[in-house]
Amino acid sequence: MTSTTSKSAYLRGLGDAAPFILVVIPFSMLFGIVSVEAGLSVVETFAFSFLVIAGAAQFTALQLLQEEAPTFIVLASALAVNLRMAMYSASLTPYIGAAPIWQRALAAYLTVDQSYILAIAKFEKEPQMTVPQRMGYFFGAVTPVAVLWYAGTLTGAVIGAQVPDSWALDFAIPITFLAMIAPMFRTLAHVVAAFVAVVVSLLAVDVPYSLGIIIAGAIGMVAGAQCEWWMERRKGGAS
Amino acid sequence: MIDKTTLWIVIIGLGLGSFFLRFVFTGLVGHRAMPAWLLRHLRYTAVAVLPALVAPQVLWPSATSGETDPARLAAAATTFAVGLITKSVLAAMLSGATVLYSVLYLLG
Repeated sequence: MTSTTSKSAYLRGLGDAAPFILVVIPFSMLFGIVSVEAGLSVVETFAFSFLVIAGAAQFTALQLLQEEAPTFIVLASALAVNLRMAMYSASLTPYIGAAPIWQRALAAYLTVDQSYILAIAKFEKEPQMTVPQRMGYFFGAVTPVAVLWYAGTLTGAVIGAQVPDSWALDFAIPITFLAMIAPMFRTLAHVVAAFVAVVVSLLAVDVPYSLGIIIAGAIGMVAGAQCEWWMERRKGGAS
Repeated sequence: MIDKTTLWIVIIGLGLGSFFLRFVFTGLVGHRAMPAWLLRHLRYTAVAVLPALVAPQVLWPSATSGETDPARLAAAATTFAVGLITKSVLAAMLSGATVLYSVLYLLG
């Protein structure tokens, strides 16, 4: 392993991640604020962000905790939101699967939307990168995001008590999620998956303990996969 | 009020569970290939689960006791439309927040 090249890869990752600063600061502060509003202490709020390091899942868990859903449902729903991390992990495996186990474990803990999206784009574009360079780039890309996630959560939690109700913070979560999902719609299959999931979710809104979300999500995933399969077959048949 | 024991079970359980999800392929699968049908379903996780989560909150927000609210509906539509067009999470969030507060102010 040449430490010089993995160090420069780290610095390149760091630079490429800079624009995410603008998103991570308000989002992490929001979690701190909403969490303290929900009755968590500053220490609990920070532990939440440090141990879980996944915004969407944390917001989901927090909301279901407030609705006093059973613990199992809280965990299952939040983990369902985080299922995409398994997809990220699967997609990174061909590129970093050969790295030492401690590096892969650290990278797993630090697999978030931003680090994954930057890294996979880079790895695909520059296939000649060595495994140490890839790890360097990955850790560089996640450094600003992780540091600001912790710092922003803490800041939000400390100032949280001073936020008035009229700020309509309840709707910050839907807005954040919608903003995160919208750029992911690239194919008809994505649209079908989301549309089916929304329809099922609205129909299943009276299913107890927010189980409707998991049912709707699963049916939406099957719909998306079916649509992709159908489009591929159609394309294959036409050519 | 959230029960403290439940809270810590959720924090630690979610931490461990999330780590497992992130480690399951890079850590445990290594070089072996995964079945195509599984990858095909996993690709739609985010676009299915997140809209399913958000849809009821947009139409029937708990803050208004489940009554459909024009400000929240307009904000959600704006956020999604701007995100779709600009592909920018930040632009989408800012537009949505602007519409939310503008309509709340105008109707309030």
